[in-house]
Parts: sequence; structure tokens; C-alpha cells
Amino acid sequence: MAAGVAAWLPFARAAAIGWMPVANLPMPMAPAEKSKRQDELIILNVSGRRFQTWKNTLDRYPDTLLGSSEKEFFYDEETKEYFFDRDPDVFRCVLNFYRTGKLHYPRYECISSYDEELAFFGIIPEIIGDCCYEEYKDRKRENAERLMDDQEDNKDSKQPNVTFRETMWRAFENPHTSTMALVFYYVTGFFIAVSVITNVVETVPCGATPNQKDMPCGERYTVAFFCIDTACVMIFTVEYLMRLFAAPSRYRFMRSVMSIIDVVAILPYYIGLVMTNNEDVSGAFVTLRVFRVFRIFKFSRHSQGLRILGYTLKSCASELGFLLFSLTMAIIIFATVMFYAEKGSTSSKFTSIPASFWYTIVTMTTLGYGDMVPKTIAGKIFGSICSLSGVLVIALPVPVIVSNFSRIYHQNQRADKRRAQKVQKARLARIRISKTGTSRPFLHSKRNGLPNEALDLTGSIEEGNHQGAAISLLESQHHHLLRCLEKTTNHKFVDEHLYEQNCLEGALQSYPSHSPSLSSSGSLTGTCCSRRARKSSHLPNASAPPGPLCGLQELSAVHIQHSDRPPLSTSRSSLNLMPKEVLCKTNCKSSQITAAIISIPTPPGTTPDGDGHTPSSPSSQTTVSSNIVKVSAL
Amino acid sequence: DPPAVPVISLSTSNPKSGHYTQNSVEDDFELSTVCYRPEGLDKLLEQTKFTKKELQILYRGFKNECPSGIVNEEAFKLIYSQFFPQGDSSTYAHFLFEAFDTNKNGSVSFEDFVMGLSIILRGSINDRLNWAFNLYDLNKDGCITKEEMLDIMKSIYDMMGKWTYPCMQDNAPKEHVENFFQKMDRNNDGVVTIDEFIESCQKDENIMQSMQLFDNVI
Repeated sequence: MAAGVAAWLPFARAAAIGWMPVANLPMPMAPAEKSKRQDELIILNVSGRRFQTWKNTLDRYPDTLLGSSEKEFFYDEETKEYFFDRDPDVFRCVLNFYRTGKLHYPRYECISSYDEELAFFGIIPEIIGDCCYEEYKDRKRENAERLMDDQEDNKDSKQPNVTFRETMWRAFENPHTSTMALVFYYVTGFFIAVSVITNVVETVPCGATPNQKDMPCGERYTVAFFCIDTACVMIFTVEYLMRLFAAPSRYRFMRSVMSIIDVVAILPYYIGLVMTNNEDVSGAFVTLRVFRVFRIFKFSRHSQGLRILGYTLKSCASELGFLLFSLTMAIIIFATVMFYAEKGSTSSKFTSIPASFWYTIVTMTTLGYGDMVPKTIAGKIFGSICSLSGVLVIALPVPVIVSNFSRIYHQNQRADKRRAQKVQKARLARIRISKTGTSRPFLHSKRNGLPNEALDLTGSIEEGNHQGAAISLLESQHHHLLRCLEKTTNHKFVDEHLYEQNCLEGALQSYPSHSPSLSSSGSLTGTCCSRRARKSSHLPNASAPPGPLCGLQELSAVHIQHSDRPPLSTSRSSLNLMPKEVLCKTNCKSSQITAAIISIPTPPGTTPDGDGHTPSSPSSQTTVSSNIVKVSAL
Repeated sequence: DPPAVPVISLSTSNPKSGHYTQNSVEDDFELSTVCYRPEGLDKLLEQTKFTKKELQILYRGFKNECPSGIVNEEAFKLIYSQFFPQGDSSTYAHFLFEAFDTNKNGSVSFEDFVMGLSIILRGSINDRLNWAFNLYDLNKDGCITKEEMLDIMKSIYDMMGKWTYPCMQDNAPKEHVENFFQKMDRNNDGVVTIDEFIESCQKDENIMQSMQLFDNVI
């Protein structure tokens, strides 16, 4: 039961006066207070600071330390107070929880000390109010991450039994884990740089010998360059193979971008090895050498910034694509215009529309090489319009990329928030469970066969109080209230599972209403398995049963309703009118009461059990010849 | 008949006197900052049959849940629903609210609250029966019709919720009402007047006994 409303229990019990005159059954005895207790002040001495509160305030939460008898362990006889050797500042929050029903988390408090205090006083942190819960969760997460980082550092040095493969992989991914990894990192970086520089220098014309014209260094010092190239490729190959070996998921590794770059970087060399002697494809081979420049992308393993840039561009792909499309449109438009404008002038460079593309692009991007210029006045006018609009178009990509970058950044943050929301849902679920726990104790106490009979007969609650879990007076009063409601309506509270069980087996169809047609259990709203609908539903073609039968049914129904036998249980008769063979979706079968005054040949009914447990007699169905009525008995 | 509620002194604004002309936002704001203080303990002692301690306990509980000093219907329903987790107690709470709100101003003050409780918990059996009749008589015309009783009965059955044993039938309230009228309606004119009600209740052992349950609620 919630905190503050415990004080309203007398009101709720008084409000039950509305049920009394309509109840047909006697009410159970009320739990009597053992003594007319006055509300007393309790002194809580927490490390010297004295807090005082009413006993009732603490009793609101009987499943915490202060609300239960556990606090008696801390009672000091001489000073007549409860002494706790804990932090008084946090205790202030704890006590306020009892007073207001809301638990707050003070920002200045350390998260772990707060958690410890809550654990000591038996309060679950999920109850922290929404005002402070975010803060609490954030701090808790930071703390957990910090702990995890510490653990990881320790784990690396402590765990000897990590496989060699895993160490290798971790070394590749994070060069700071060990010196070997760092060495490896720098060596590969060096060789990438060497390889790239080699490729560049290869094409520089070296110093000319007097008798030969300038030739690129690559052709002059072929052997040297070849050696360097071989060395680099060997290093890269070894590195790639090692990574492939160490990867936890080889297939995923081979699909990753970095490994593709690796492969593309070393492949030309091997292809070149294979095809050296073939003159025809030497041209293609030369082209392949271009791919050697991809080695520079291997640097992205060494640079975080490159990776982020690459990722941003990748995620901006759609925007950039659209931009490209709109640019293309503009180019085509302007190229066409320029072509037709310059058609008239002689010796114009604008020989065709595609030839004008070059001019348009150069003008729109404000490059202005000047190799193609319009000569006619119309051409010049359109040329200037083109360059002005180009300025606008160039301004477009930058915000797109920037906004995408910020979007990605925020997405990361939102991913964190989403994780928090999942946690929030779990938390709400936990709170809901603990709140619905209010109905559980009542049902539990009933199932344990508790106070019902004891109270009715002896009227004392001594036994009641000492049975099972200690039920506080508040709870026993609440339970008495619920029991009065049960008596008033002549129904009992059950929990969901029991209810569904009974529905499946006990299968009480909705009774015929005062209209002659029987409402069958065909529609869901009519059966007990569904919510009690305001109006009973009728099957559209529920044919009216013969009159006398209907009357008999009604009689039997009435007879059952007012019987005082408490668990009418599964032994109520219900006559299904089934124009179709359709029953409720759980295929409820019904059982039959022995007291039914029905003139239909029925199978021997089972005797009603005392407490409504499912009788296990086999089900049988008899059909009455004249009516389409089926009587089935469990 | 319900006891007259004396004039209450207020600290800030008086929700009874005409501030209703303002727009709704301001109205809400006003109501939420209104602090409604009940009369002195002594006056309440005279008007009710509670002891001082009992009044103190009651007020502390009341004030804790409603710091502004009055309960409106929503809060009332919310509080009452805490006691019936399985069912829907809002309709019955509505009827209760109507019964407690004797001066029909849409809110229950501590005086209303404590007056009602005094009748139920400390009144004579006749007083209690009177109060119950007042609860059932929704339009306060002095007699209970079948429709009124059906509403009340449905609200009571609603509190049981869905998960009951035996399964809740649709016409259970209606049959219960029939039963009630059979018992109570002496002259079979389709309504139950206050005299019929009290007379029938006094003849019923169960009801008399259950009325005594309220003696030691507080």
C-alpha cells in the first residue's frame, strides 16, 4: 500500500458502509487492535543527530528496516531511542522518503555511499523520484564505467589464460596494450609512409645524365625501387595475414573496409609479378599501379580523425548524392544555354553541349581557368548568371556535411539516451511489480488459509498476526476491507493465473439475460473469459430456445446465484446455445450443477468440490435431440 | 440530514466567492495556491464525536495527502483507488465524493471529511443507515430507484475487477439489485424510501451486525 494513503485507511474502511446494506452475506470480523495505541514519537539517533518522527510514519513501509521489526535490533534501552551508526546526511533523505513518499538523491552525495545507505535501510533505489532519477542513473553509469575501465586494465595484466590469438587481436586494435603492439604500430606506419613516398618519388625525373634525357627515377633505379616495393608488400602481406589469423570473426574481418584496403594495396604487386612478361596487358598493369596509392588509406588505422571523416562522408552519402544530382541539372541547363548562345560566334570553343559542360563546371565552381570564354554578349550575360548561381551552389554542400556531422554526433548521444530509456522501462516495470504487490499479499494470505476462518470463529487476531509473514495491523485492516467487498459481491479475488485456469476449465458462460434469446459464448465479450462488458452480446442468429426450457434455465440460474454455498466453483450449469459450433476461443467447457432443475438428459454430474479445484472427470458432450443445446460436463 | 458546514476562514483567496469569472488557467493556478485551513480543533470537537487525538491523527493524514487542505474529485478517486488495486473504484469513489461533499462545491474540505467520518464511525446505527441511504440516493430526492441502485451496484462490482472467482457475470449487479429491492421495497412501488430502508435494515441480522463493524475502525 502506498505511503500516505495508509493514513486514509480508516476512511476507506468507513466508506465500506455503502456495501453493508446490499450485502447478503455476513461480514467477517474486523481485526481488532491489540491495544488502543496512541501514536507515539520515535527518536532515531543517527551518529549523534537525533531525528524524531511518528511511529506511523515509519510503519508506512513495512518492508524496510525502519518500518519492520528489524529496527528493534538497534533499540537502546537506556536512552529509549534507536541508534544507527550511519551517515546522518543520507539518513535525512531516507527519513524524508517515509514522510513524503518520495525518495530524492542529493547531488553532492557520492553515489556509492548513497547506495550503501539505501541497501542498509532496505530501500530499493528504483523508488527514487523522477526528479532525481536521471541524475542518479547517470552517476551510477559513470561509476560503473570507471569500475569497468579499472577492471579491464587489471584484467589485461592479470589474466594469463587469454589465448594468444586474443592477445594478438587486442594488440592490433589498441597499440597501447603492450610494447610489442606499439612497435608493430610504428613499424607498419613507417613502411606505409615509405611505400607512399616511393610511389611518389618513382615518377620524379631524376638528374639527367648527359647522354640520356630526363627519365623518372623509377626507370633509372628500377632494381632499388623494386626492392623497396617488395619489402613493403611483404610487410603488408604479413601484417594482413596476421590480422586475419587473430580476428575473432574471420568472415567479418574480411568484409571490413580496412581489410579491403589492405588487399587492394598489395594486390597490384602480385598481379604485376604474375604478368611481367606479357606485353599486351602491360598497359593494364600500369593502371593497376594506381591502386598502390590506396596504401595511404592504411593510415586511417593510425588516425582516428581519418576514420571519423570517412564515416561522416559515408553517412552523408545520400545528401551528397542529391547535391550531385542538382548540380548536374544546373550544369546541363547552363551548358545548353551557353552552347546555343555561343553557336553564332565564329571559332567558338563551345562546339557541343558536352564541350560546354567543362566551361559550366569551371565557372560554377568559380575556378575560371579561362580556356573557354564566351564571346557573344548573350553568352557573356548567361556566363555571369552561371557564375553567380555557382557561388550559391557551392555554398550548399558545406552545411549539409556539417549538419550531418552534428546529426551523427547527436545520434551517438541519442543512442545513449535510448539505452537509458530501456533502463527506464525496466525500472517502471519493477516499480509496477512492487506496486501490484499490494494485491499479492492479500491473495497470498488467502491462499495460506489465513485469518478468514480464524477471525470469523475466534475473533482474535493473535493467531492471524503471528502466522506466516508478520502482517502489520494496517495490512490486516486492508485485507479485512477487501474481504468485506468479497462478501458483498459474493465473488472472490483471485490472481490472474488462477483466473485463467478457472476460465479454461470452469467455463462459466454468461447467463441468459432477461431477453429470451440466449447469448452464446461465441462472441468474446459475452464470456467470462473476457472483460465483463456492459451489455451482453447476442449472436445474430441465436435462435430463441423453446420457452419452457428458457424458463427452467432462468430458474436454475437464479437458484444458483443466491445459493449460500461459497464456492459454487465449477459446478454451475450453463447451457450453451450453439447455433454454430463456435465456443469461446479457449474452448471452454462447462460443468453442470447437480442442483439444476433441467429436464434434459444429462450425464452424471460431478459432485462439486469444496474449494473449486478443477475436477478431473472426463468431459462428455451430450446433444439433446430436439434442441440445439449442448450440455457438457467436466 | 447532513450537518450544516460552518463558514471557513481562509488565508488567501476564497474559492467560494466569485473568482470563477477568470479564465481556467488562472483558476487552476489560484486553486493550487489556495491554502484552506479548517476551523479550530475545538469547534470540530464540538461538531463531531471524535476525541482530540483522533482528530489530530485524521488531520495529519488528510494534510499529508492534500497539502492544500481540500480534496478534489480526482485526488479523491486516486486515493481511494490505492486500496483496490485489482478493480476500478472510480465510480464508487465518485458516489462517495458526492456523499461527502455536503455543500456541493466540488471539493471536500477537512470539515466535510471529518463530519462524514463522524457519522459513519461514531454515529448511531440509525445515523449510519441514514448516511448509507444518502449515499445510494444519487439525486437526493428521498427515494432510491432501481436505476440508482443499479449504478451503485455496478460501481461496487467494478471494484472487484476482472479476476474474480467465480467469473463475473454481466448481470450479477442486476440480479443483486433485484434481490435488494425484493428485500427492501415493502410496498412494491419500485422505489425504496428512507423509512422502508431503515425498517428493512433493522429487521436484517446481517446488516445490523455489519453496522457494528464501524465502531472500532479508528
